[in-house]
Amino acid sequence: MKKLIIFVLFLSFSFISFAQESESFQMPSITLKDMDGNTINTSELKNDGKPLIISFWATWCKPCVNELSTIAENYSDWQDETGVKLIAISIDNSRTSNNVKPFVNGKSWDYEVLLDVNGDFKRAMNVNTVPHTFLFDGNMKLLNQHTSYAPGDEIKLYEKVKSAAVSSK
Amino acid sequence: MRIKFSLLYFLILISSASFAQVLQNSQINGSFQIDGQYYQTDSAIGAYAPAQDIDLMGFGNLTFTNGPFTAGVRYESYNNAIVGYDQRYNGSEIVHRYAQYNNDGLDITIGNFYEQFGNGLIFRSYQDWSLGYDNAMDGIRVVFEPTKGIRLKGAYGKQRFFYENGPGIVRGIDGEISINDFLSNYKESWSSKKLKTVLGASVVSKYQKDNDPLRKLPENVLAYALRANINYNDFFLLSEYAYKYNDPSTGNGLIYKPGNALYLVSGYSKKGIGLTVSGKWIDNMNFRSDRAAVLNDLSINFLPALPKEQTYRLATLYPYGTQSNGEFSGKAELYYRFQPKTKLGGKYGTQINLSSSMVQSIDTDSATSKEFGPKSNFLTPGDERYFRDVNFEIEKKISPNFKGSAQYIYTEYNKNVIEGKVGADYVYAHINIIEFYYKINTTHNIRTELQHLFTDQDKKNWVMALIEYSIAPHWFITAYDEYNYGNEKSKERIHYLNGNIVYAFGSNRISIGYGKLRAGLLCVGGVCRVVPASSGLTFSITSSF
Repeated sequence: MKKLIIFVLFLSFSFISFAQESESFQMPSITLKDMDGNTINTSELKNDGKPLIISFWATWCKPCVNELSTIAENYSDWQDETGVKLIAISIDNSRTSNNVKPFVNGKSWDYEVLLDVNGDFKRAMNVNTVPHTFLFDGNMKLLNQHTSYAPGDEIKLYEKVKSAAVSSK
Repeated sequence: MRIKFSLLYFLILISSASFAQVLQNSQINGSFQIDGQYYQTDSAIGAYAPAQDIDLMGFGNLTFTNGPFTAGVRYESYNNAIVGYDQRYNGSEIVHRYAQYNNDGLDITIGNFYEQFGNGLIFRSYQDWSLGYDNAMDGIRVVFEPTKGIRLKGAYGKQRFFYENGPGIVRGIDGEISINDFLSNYKESWSSKKLKTVLGASVVSKYQKDNDPLRKLPENVLAYALRANINYNDFFLLSEYAYKYNDPSTGNGLIYKPGNALYLVSGYSKKGIGLTVSGKWIDNMNFRSDRAAVLNDLSINFLPALPKEQTYRLATLYPYGTQSNGEFSGKAELYYRFQPKTKLGGKYGTQINLSSSMVQSIDTDSATSKEFGPKSNFLTPGDERYFRDVNFEIEKKISPNFKGSAQYIYTEYNKNVIEGKVGADYVYAHINIIEFYYKINTTHNIRTELQHLFTDQDKKNWVMALIEYSIAPHWFITAYDEYNYGNEKSKERIHYLNGNIVYAFGSNRISIGYGKLRAGLLCVGGVCRVVPASSGLTFSITSSF
């Protein structure tokens, strides 16, 4: 009997993976705040048919800050060329979350930043460690995930953004 | 037998077909992590291999989503928990399971859940694998948004305590109104007003039976909190006040006085500059669902520590952990960017970060009743200093291939209070850190860190050097040495040498390390655990899908 159950589960799993091939990602529905206190539901995250990057980070995470600072140097070019949008999800808890707005402004970043103070969105997206970056195409199909940051990763990411921008059209 | 079998086969086909149909619009996500260590005994650093030589621990999360419906499980296995983790984690079990339905502004969860009210001063349930911390609730949670701008939450249940639930019942409600969002239901222009106000209030109550033969202990303990967040142009003010009725516990020495806390953060920020000034008062805010609980067990609330969260290795030698029985602290922080193509900004801009914090005891009247506890004077600092730090950091990109940062940190650390040790030194430490990044080509990179810690107390001076070679997007090869060269005992002037290789691909990461790890206090968000010295081979695999 046990074997049969496993078999059925396996069968259904293969159906899921089959179904998932063509479908857009079902973004979890979590209510977060932006840096000005506005409420945003994560199920509404999108970029009007253009590629979207969702990057999990924290003010205390050095590689995260490095990655976002490096992308920030070229972010306006990226936007002009591909229409890409980066949403930075801060997983700072209430110890440091109140400092995120001054931190982001102090770095002159132009990203949309959301505060995931108790890690609800992080857990729903199955993010174990930061930095963790998701890339979606214009139809919100999940193209790529990457954890950790090595200098140069942003170049690979941008190559993927460019091809996503072409295929989204 | 044959009939039975074919019937079964038929049933499976049907059920798997309909099951598959349901699953057409479904999504399964998850994540895994495995951490292991192979120990070697190294008596010089006080590291002793346990009898089993190897410890392995890991977890797996599975989340199933179908439209508004979500269900998930979390399996954890500790055989055994790695040295430094709480050894009460022992064995393998499904420790977390829930089902959730979220539609049209109503969100209901049954089973395990995490939740936080406001800043968490009276309620925060969360999980942190690296700390071995999990006080998940087991019960029911309802979140309701009757109209745009209003959110009501109700939660009740018991808290996770290793493989069971704690003895106390925790229940709470929270209401929050975003004035602008709410009024924009009636007049659209409210959503674009410069003044944005969010108000919130919460009430939490815990119940635990009184089995004390001598004292009369309160079985129901109530706490409430009020908060207001105001944004105006480039200014903001966040505030929360919390009050807790009498709650004698092991953590507060069984005193009957009520507790309170105040948390204020004000700031100014616009592009290129960020400034915050924060203050925090805590008096007797130890709040747990078991009055006998100690350490990090069964906390209902979360009291954020104010001092800067340090990340560089030597700067983490003296981390601050919140004193829930009383502390008065303040912090100021400045981020400033000299823009590119200005005199001080140079070609690429220059980043400056400055911060300073101080934590004192709270002022109490000497005439105290033993039963009530010392009466404290609200918002008055006491004479004893717990912690102080000053941080100055400058970051600069020098050329397209070369960037670096320099940092100076001054720390005062009251070891007696923070680590609960009697007769320990009050530590004054000066830390210098230099970090460089050198880009060899688009994917090959070298990073180096040089750190020095100077102190006349505790274990005296330390030095550390690190070199990391990375090849994007997959490889990190790191070696570092921490050397306690200033130690008075020549036998304890030890090199803690470590090597580490990481391979990252997609959302997976594999790391293998070998070396000696010094004893220390690992703190995340002001919650700390003591990590003893260890030596040997460590490895870790993490994966999300």
